[in-house]
Amino acid sequence: MTVGSGGSGFRAVSSPPALCATGLVKRFGALVAVDGLDLEVRRGICLALLGPNGAGKTTTIEMLEGLIAPDAGSIEVLGARWDAGADGIRQRIGVQLQDTRLQEKITTFETLRLFQSFYRETRPLDEVLELVGLTEKRDARVEALSGGQHQRLTLACALVNRPELLFLDEPTTGLDPQARRRVWSIVEAFKAEGGTVLLTTHNMEEAERLADEVVIVDEGKVIAEGPPKAVIGRLHAESIVELHPRDGGAARLSDDGLRALPGVSEVRREGASVTLSVSDTQASVGALLAYLNEAGVALEALRTHAPTLEDVFMALTGKHLRDG
Amino acid sequence: MGRWAEIRELTRHRALSFLRQPEAVFWVFAFPIVLAAVLGYAFKSGAPPPSTIAVLESESGTELVARLEADSLVELQRFADRDSAELALRAGKVDALLSDSGAAEPTLRLDPVRAEAELARLRVLLARGRVDPAELELDAITERGSRFVDFLFPGLLGMNLMGTGLWAIGFAVADLRQRKVLKRLLVTPMRKSSFLASFMLSRLLFLALEIIVLTAFGVWVLGVPLRAGLVQFSLLCLLGAASFAGLGLLAAARVRTIEGASGMINLIMMPMWLGSGIFFSYERFPDAVQPVLRLLPLTALVDALRATMLEGAGLAAVLPEVAILGAWLVVPFAVALRIFRWA
Repeated sequence: MTVGSGGSGFRAVSSPPALCATGLVKRFGALVAVDGLDLEVRRGICLALLGPNGAGKTTTIEMLEGLIAPDAGSIEVLGARWDAGADGIRQRIGVQLQDTRLQEKITTFETLRLFQSFYRETRPLDEVLELVGLTEKRDARVEALSGGQHQRLTLACALVNRPELLFLDEPTTGLDPQARRRVWSIVEAFKAEGGTVLLTTHNMEEAERLADEVVIVDEGKVIAEGPPKAVIGRLHAESIVELHPRDGGAARLSDDGLRALPGVSEVRREGASVTLSVSDTQASVGALLAYLNEAGVALEALRTHAPTLEDVFMALTGKHLRDG
Repeated sequence: MGRWAEIRELTRHRALSFLRQPEAVFWVFAFPIVLAAVLGYAFKSGAPPPSTIAVLESESGTELVARLEADSLVELQRFADRDSAELALRAGKVDALLSDSGAAEPTLRLDPVRAEAELARLRVLLARGRVDPAELELDAITERGSRFVDFLFPGLLGMNLMGTGLWAIGFAVADLRQRKVLKRLLVTPMRKSSFLASFMLSRLLFLALEIIVLTAFGVWVLGVPLRAGLVQFSLLCLLGAASFAGLGLLAAARVRTIEGASGMINLIMMPMWLGSGIFFSYERFPDAVQPVLRLLPLTALVDALRATMLEGAGLAAVLPEVAILGAWLVVPFAVALRIFRWA
């Protein structure tokens, strides 16, 4: 894990991490879902496990939550181990699983009161309702809630015990953009109170907005980690240039020719389109257009954008985070 | 919060989930009452059932037909042709078909395994043999405890306890697992024993209501006796319900979906619906299978309830049934807890 600079270095020494896992391995038959994964989440930060579907994110987070026993490796949550201090850990964590469907005939408030009854220390339920914006839906049955409201209720269930560490498994998958932003602001409010968050996502926008650190996983292994800016910085790209040549023109462009253009650090092909990582947008695009004219290749579209975590993932694996 | 708060909230959730589904409430409380009322009416005591005998219009002038016509316990149905009479016989609309051309001996066409057909045969024989059947003083059985409805009621009560026990537990557990609520509960500090206790408690609550409603109907409306006392009766209901709850838990211990649980529950109930003597005595089954039928929990429960309600048998007399129910309580419960799948 990248050690933070300046003041945070001192903090890391003074308080143990909220969560620490080393050498995690989980196999399902012949499939190795998690393959020697190390993870450390410092207190007060939000760490996002970013990866495509099937990368082993859910298996990893469920091992950390104590739901699945790892085949190898060790886990420490808030300084305790699952085999010795399970009840103590559960009192201090909050968990939102992927697609829990709460009981339909029960109201929002009744649902929260049930979860509250499991914990020694709890937060007043009206405060929890306020926090997740469900005060008006207090007496509505679960069956009457929208998808976004239901998701905020499962988030509320994870907050009734004032957890120190919050686990969120794909918290906004399937939600519309507005509902997604409401979930994000709840997570940000939790962080502002000093809470620690571990979330999984395949949404790079979510990771870039919420996460202080990202860990990019693919096929059960960590392939990049660090603060989002630092991870993106590793591309050494000022921008990403996508070109979509007309009439199969991509075949007439050679990788070597493109790479020789000023500022181009990387060339990737996908179908009939070509993606370049460039360090000097103006110089590269100018030279690129001249090169295309020379090669007689007509453009259907040319786009440039600032590099994102998605581009990092593409550069490392050649795959998209999300299909389509 | 403490352990009791946890059990109270879990039990409240179970109860509310049930009460807020009107269709579930109907199946538990109203359905058995409707069934008992309808069957009780259909088999009510009173006049002996008449025999319906088919004759052809062309043959209805004989002396035998005239005598049958005079018999108040015989209903004659006249048919224009043989085919339509045969059709009515096959459909069970008439008990027998009489052919009496007057020339030869009359013949009676019937299905000899049907009790109604045998009754029709006897009445025809009687009408043939004598002009005035000798009078025999009849002493009809009408007292409480010996009617068909008295036989039926403990069977229906047992069947209801089986259905509600298996469904209430099995269905709810499978539903919670399919919704991943079980898995969600597993990451809280909730004690697993509280979770199971909440199922038992809510079951007990509704069991009490179910027994009170059904028994009140049976005793006051249908007039079924309760000879060996309320305490023994209640204990038997409790034991029976507990063993069905254990079976319900076993049925849902591993299944991942509600469909899987439904299949398991029906698989468990089917042999008992057929073989436990709810509607008719299981002594009609071959001797070889009867010892097996007696070992089924519903058979044991219904036998013990009948002995308790109708014969006034004491606890000692129903001990074998109690032992069978006890075994059905302990074994499925222990196995279910061992193999239970939370996530």
